Parts: sequence; C-alpha cells; structure tokens
Amino acid sequence: MSLVNTKAKNYRLWTIDYRLKNMAYDKFNILRSTAVPLPIENIDTDQIIPARFLKATERVGFGDNLFRDWRYNADNTPKQDFVLNNPTYKGKILVGGKNFGSGSSREHAAWAIYDYGFRCVVSSFFADIFRNNCLNIGVLPVQVSAEFAEKIFAAIHTDPNTELEINLPEQTITLLSTGEKETFDISPYKKDNMINGFDDIDYLQSIKPEIEEFALHLPI
Amino acid sequence: MVRKIEGGPDVLFIDRHLIHEVTSPVAFLGLKSRGIKVLYPERTFATADHNTPTINQHLPVADPLSANQLQALESNSNEYGISHWGLGHQKNGIVHVVGPEYGITQPGATIVCGDSHTSTHGAFGAIAFGIGTSEVEMVLASQCIMQPKPKKMRINVNGKLGFGVTPKDVALFIISQLTTSGATGYFVEYAGDVFENMSMEGRMTVCNLSIEMGARGGMIAPDETTINYVKGREFSPKGEAWDKALAYYKTLKTDADAVFDKELTFDGAAIEPMITYGTNPGMGMGISHDIPDAAHTEGGAATYAKSLGYMGFHEGESMIGKPVDFVFVGSCTNGRIEDFRAFTSLVKGKHKAANVTAWLVPGSHIVESQIKEEGLLAILNEAGFELRQPGCSACLAMNDDKVPAGKYAVSTSNRNFEGRQGPGARTMLASPLVAAAAAVTGVVTDPRTLIEELV
Repeated sequence: MSLVNTKAKNYRLWTIDYRLKNMAYDKFNILRSTAVPLPIENIDTDQIIPARFLKATERVGFGDNLFRDWRYNADNTPKQDFVLNNPTYKGKILVGGKNFGSGSSREHAAWAIYDYGFRCVVSSFFADIFRNNCLNIGVLPVQVSAEFAEKIFAAIHTDPNTELEINLPEQTITLLSTGEKETFDISPYKKDNMINGFDDIDYLQSIKPEIEEFALHLPI
Repeated sequence: MVRKIEGGPDVLFIDRHLIHEVTSPVAFLGLKSRGIKVLYPERTFATADHNTPTINQHLPVADPLSANQLQALESNSNEYGISHWGLGHQKNGIVHVVGPEYGITQPGATIVCGDSHTSTHGAFGAIAFGIGTSEVEMVLASQCIMQPKPKKMRINVNGKLGFGVTPKDVALFIISQLTTSGATGYFVEYAGDVFENMSMEGRMTVCNLSIEMGARGGMIAPDETTINYVKGREFSPKGEAWDKALAYYKTLKTDADAVFDKELTFDGAAIEPMITYGTNPGMGMGISHDIPDAAHTEGGAATYAKSLGYMGFHEGESMIGKPVDFVFVGSCTNGRIEDFRAFTSLVKGKHKAANVTAWLVPGSHIVESQIKEEGLLAILNEAGFELRQPGCSACLAMNDDKVPAGKYAVSTSNRNFEGRQGPGARTMLASPLVAAAAAVTGVVTDPRTLIEELV
C-alpha cells in the first residue's frame, strides 16, 4: 500500500506513529481454530443483528445479541436447536451458507460477529457491503468454492473438533484433518490493513491536502 | 476520484453525505476520539427517520433508547455545523425521500449514506450507495471513501407496462429473475423505454431496490425528466452555478458502444403485479401465479422449506385469498406522492376491511402536505384510512409500528426477511396498488380485478 505523498512527508510520519498507538482491531495473521457451522443460505443482516438492537449509541453489547431471534425465544430462554447454544460447536471461525450478510448495510452485524468472538467468516459467497464492513473492523471474510464449503460442513459434522487454518499472508484456508486447502481473494490494500490492524481513516488523513485541493475544482 | 492506489481501492470524493440517527453516533464518537472535525459540513445533511414515531410527533419520544439516538444526532450535528432536520422540523422525513425533494441529490454526484437504500439516488444518474458506520466516519473525516471499482451490469426493460403494473412491480420482477445475490459485485444501469418513460419517483423506486439483488448501486441515465425535476429545488445549483451544473449533467450519458460485464433484457409487457411469498425480496412472483416448488427455485431445498415454513405457506398454493392483517404504505421505496395517489385511486369509494390495520406513512412533510392539498386525505378518511406522520416506520419496525408475531402484512417497503417488521412478523412485499387491494378486501387480491381504470 502506498502512503507516499511527497507533498506531505510530515503527515506520513505522524500517521505511522498514530497507527502504532491506535490499532483499530486485533491484527490478523494466522488463525487456527475449530469452527461453528451455520449451513443456511442468504443469512441477512436482520438475522445477524435485529433492528431493535441498532438503537445503541455506542458499540456495546453486540455480541450478546448476535443472531438474537434465532438464538433466544421471546422470553429470553435459549433455543435448544440453535448452533450457538450447542456447546459441541465453538471456535473463532463461523462457517455460513451462501450469500452471507445480505440486506441492510448495518455495520452492527459485523460488530456482533466480532464482539461475540469470531475473527473469520467462511462462506461460498458474501454480500458486498457486509464483506466490506467486516474488512473494515477486523473480521476476515474468506470466500471459498461451493465444493470446499460443502467439504468443510461435512468435516465439522463428522468431527466438531476439526480445525481450520486461515493463513492471511498466504491467502489460504486449510482443512487440517485432510490437508486440503484453497486460496482466497483479498485486495492487497485490505490485506495489509488487516495484518497490521490499521484502518482507512489514518491513510485518508494523511492525504488531506490532496483532498482539499481536489474539492476546489468540482462542478457541483 | 481523488487518487488511485496500486492494487487497492480508489479514493473517491463524496459530493453529498447523508446521515441519519442510527448509523452515525458511533462514527461521531470515532471522530471525537481522534480529535478530528467534519471536513465539509456543508456537504453533509442529517435527518431523523429510522426511530421516529409516526403519530404524535409533537410529544417527547417515549422510547428512551430512540430518544437518546435522536438526541445524539442533534448534538453531533450542532457540534460539527451540519444541517439537521430532526423530528418536528419542516424538512424532516425519510433520508432518501427528502434528499431528492430538496435538490441535495444531483445527477453525476457521488452520494453515500449509512443505509443500503442509498441506491435510490441512482435514479438521478448519481453514483449512490450504502456504507457502514466506519465508512461514515471516514467520510465525515475526509469527505472520501476507499472504493474498489465494481463490475457493470446493464438491465434493459422494453415494451409497454400492462394495466395495473407499477415501477415497484418492475423492480420485484427483475429481482425475482436475478435472485437476492444475482447482482452482487455489480453497479447496475437500468435502460430501455420502460425507464425512459418512467417518472422520477418511479425511477427512485426501482433504483432503491437494487440492493435487494445484491447490487451496490443502480442508476438510470439523467435526461430531460431528471433535469426538470432537479431544476429550482432548494439546494439545487442556481444562476451561474446552475448553467455550469447543467453543462456537466449533459455529459452524463452512457456511450453508445459501452461494454458491460453482464447485460440482460426483459420484456416489460410480460410483467404482472408482483407479490413476495418468501423471506427475501427475490422470492416474488406474478400475483396470479402459484408458489413454485423447491425444484424450480434457486438455492437449497432446506433453506426454501425453512422460508415457506416461516411464512406458513406451501408449494403450489395461490397467493390470492391469503389473509392479511396489516397493510403498510410508505418507506423510501414507495412513500412518495405518486404512491399515495395510486393507493387512493383504488380505495376511492370503497372501505378498509375490518380485519386490516393500515399504516399510511408519507415519506416526508412535503408528501404529507401534498396528500392533503390534492384532496387525497379526504378520500382516504372517507374510506376508513388515517394518515400518519413521516418516518421509516414499519419498514424495519424500530419505532412502535411493529407487526406482531405470526401476523401477515402486505407492505410497500423493501424487505421481507424473517422478523423484519417485528419478531415473527410475516411480510409480503408489493406495490401500492396491491396493498390497496389487500386493504379493502382483507385478503391478497389482484388489483386489476377491482378497478377498471386506474389513475
């Protein structure tokens, strides 16, 4: 990622120092963990975090409300058949069905996933805005082929303690029980951010003079 | 575009930033903790819409969490010098309704908002899309966003729309063909004579729903219709600035030889009034059809069974005659004056069914006033309907307009996900005409059977 802006050398130094002090989220390098399976397609962000929990003015309590209405009855007793209430399945990786995160742009959905304890979501297809939100807050979305997703679900079904290894620098996801792996896509820029725990605001602040110059010449 | 990053996203300057009370508080907290100000407050506009009650807006908001969020928007706006149209303000309304009404939305502008239906503004040929809270913070701080270039899709619809078929039906039809993920990764352009002949409000309805097939944004090329709408609105450029802007708008058309990553064409005359039967906006069909069986739908059988099970519907059933408990007319999809004209034209001379609770929620005070001035309110009241005050309301039920568990709602909004309109609520998405037909018969009804000539 290029931070080079010859007109603003002092901004660059400020930015690096600022970033070292203000990492936005946990750095992501290599994650080795068991995984929680949720083989439902088209999981939308209303399911991930229902609208009534968007009334918060701070990022607090979102982990408790992850998948709230699938997880708890109206009287707040846990639904026995929902995977998050089943102690057999645990881990830092969530494996979801295709088209994960569709619908509303609420970043709160990504917060709920992160605050619950997941650091990676695996699916054969992600909705755009959700994928972006995850990348911005430290949840790594790993898109695999439909076939590999099936293999992962089958492996977890056979052995809930089976582990996956997500290697961000190499961009690989490996099913450790068999050694099968796939590579996944991520833009070099976002990859660099996630490895270092950086966010975009620091970068944008560093090029502020360029932005202000640009704004002087706009038609509307 | 301000700058291109090798191997990364482009730095895109945002001409207009719309904010509301739900996705901005944490963004402002971020600014505070970094000690940064809003870079261009004059390019930022705030309205309160998601949490607001739609009756008794003159009274203090009862729900403390909602009140707190509304207060946060007001304090943050005042602190950073941003125009704020809160509850009770004359300009208050749903963000994607008031933006165009006041001329904030302009052709060719880059427009973002922490709300996925920001795609609505693409109807003006604007590059408009929804963003998450972290990006709201980015735009407040730097007026820029990091955006990778999306793929391009063109959807052509040609032919004359049938009797009783509205822009909402065109959109639901397209989504039913593409599915809820069919346009993910694409920015869509809608083209063809159906869109050329469509009013601005109709175009807004269609572009609004682009996100429901996964598209980041949807656009319609600006033309004379667009320019006539935009000219003279409060925040539209004036005088010399207008001449300069107009010259710019005229450059905004798609090249005749433009190549798209994907291109689809549909016959407008084949579209019927639509209704959804499942739990995502792609699960819709012509109202006269039967619910398809799993083999004829995209996706897994287990997920399909779960969806129909939630709705209490079965494969092969007709939707006609299905019971309706609630009817909601409103939202950023269909909360504008043309939608209320359509609804009113069908219910005129008839009466609301006794078993139906109807929530008619205008998208803004301008829409509310027009409903009254045009005499529509009198007709609605005569037919047993009350008009509420502007807000997002039952679209996502963050306020008190919640559909109870197990109840069926025909809704002119944009999402029928499980629990969207209230935990356990069962939503059927439709046009204002289908909603009107349901409202007066108390069951799902083809509007074409109810009226000979519709306005």
